[in-house]
Amino acid sequence: MASSHSIGRRDFVKIVLTFLGTVMGGILGLPAISYLVSPATKIKQSESWISLGPMENYEIGKPALFSFTKTTINGWEKTVNSYGAYVLRQSPDEVKVFSNMCTHLSCRVTWQEETQKYTCPCHDGHFAKEGQVLAGPPPESLHEYETKLEDGTLFLHHVEG
Amino acid sequence: MTTRVMDWLDERLGLTTIYNTVLDRKVPKVNWWYTLGSATLFLFVLQAVTGIFLTVYYVPSPDHAYESIQYIMTGVTFGWLIRGIHHWGATLMVISVFLHMLRTFYMAAYKYPREFTWITGVILLLATLGMGFTGYLLPWNQRAYWATTVGTEIPGTAPLVGSFIERILRGGVELSAVTLARFFSLHIWFLPAIILLVLGTHLYQVIRIGISAVPGDED
Repeated sequence: MASSHSIGRRDFVKIVLTFLGTVMGGILGLPAISYLVSPATKIKQSESWISLGPMENYEIGKPALFSFTKTTINGWEKTVNSYGAYVLRQSPDEVKVFSNMCTHLSCRVTWQEETQKYTCPCHDGHFAKEGQVLAGPPPESLHEYETKLEDGTLFLHHVEG
Repeated sequence: MTTRVMDWLDERLGLTTIYNTVLDRKVPKVNWWYTLGSATLFLFVLQAVTGIFLTVYYVPSPDHAYESIQYIMTGVTFGWLIRGIHHWGATLMVISVFLHMLRTFYMAAYKYPREFTWITGVILLLATLGMGFTGYLLPWNQRAYWATTVGTEIPGTAPLVGSFIERILRGGVELSAVTLARFFSLHIWFLPAIILLVLGTHLYQVIRIGISAVPGDED
């Protein structure tokens, strides 16, 4: 039973070593990579309704900043993140709540009473009172929070992850 | 393709010469006890790699050291494996350097012309023990804390300079954040730097002089 194409000893050793090398590289490499990327794969989703106080407190037609913090556990530490929302009451029972995070690269915008614009100090982005982009690099309008009104108290829906 | 790249590199780096000098050098017929140096070298590389990986999550501060290790053990994928290898590798390395020293001693391999190889080996043995001692404090648990209390108290009993040495080791009178920070620094920078330098010399001598044969009856 002579084979028509026999593999030489050197080639056999090469093939076996390449195979074993790949297997061992995988056994060592995969845990190493999973170890490094691990925190990125374990993001917990969280959502909550945050009370902004009575609707009555907000002046009609003038954006007001509401700040709140959320605590999450990252690795070995509690991380406290601050968030800001601009509450724009349009009529006695109509309201829009915008995130103050610039849609360009996440700096925080501030409402300028004189110019009637939200401006971002980082790259000179400007947004209108209703959140639309007026000038600068931001690609889209300010993000709007989902809201609800319960017994005269305003809530915003905060979603993370 | 690969051979062309390799030939190009070989012509410029002299890879064949390095290969022939380092791996194809003449070796007398010896026994398995002569592999302990290579075993130690392997363990050193293993400790270096797993140690580098551990610094991704470990924090050398009393507020977070213990929690960051808890996180490595329970929160990070394969964290238990990386730390487990580093933990057991440390113990194995102390054993293997010690056996390597005993082999060199009983096989009379420390004699001319290898006396300086022996001296560098003694420095490496002490540096390995130093790595074990400084690494032991890093988890900042009860065992680590009290072992280091005792370990720094021992040189403190030396006459005259003892208490000064103890204060240098601790970075103050008592064990504190300063102690943890300097032990961490010694563990990941100073001692590895010393080891790399001395290990380079040690291996250079092994390659230059070659290893000794098993002593015969006439020796």
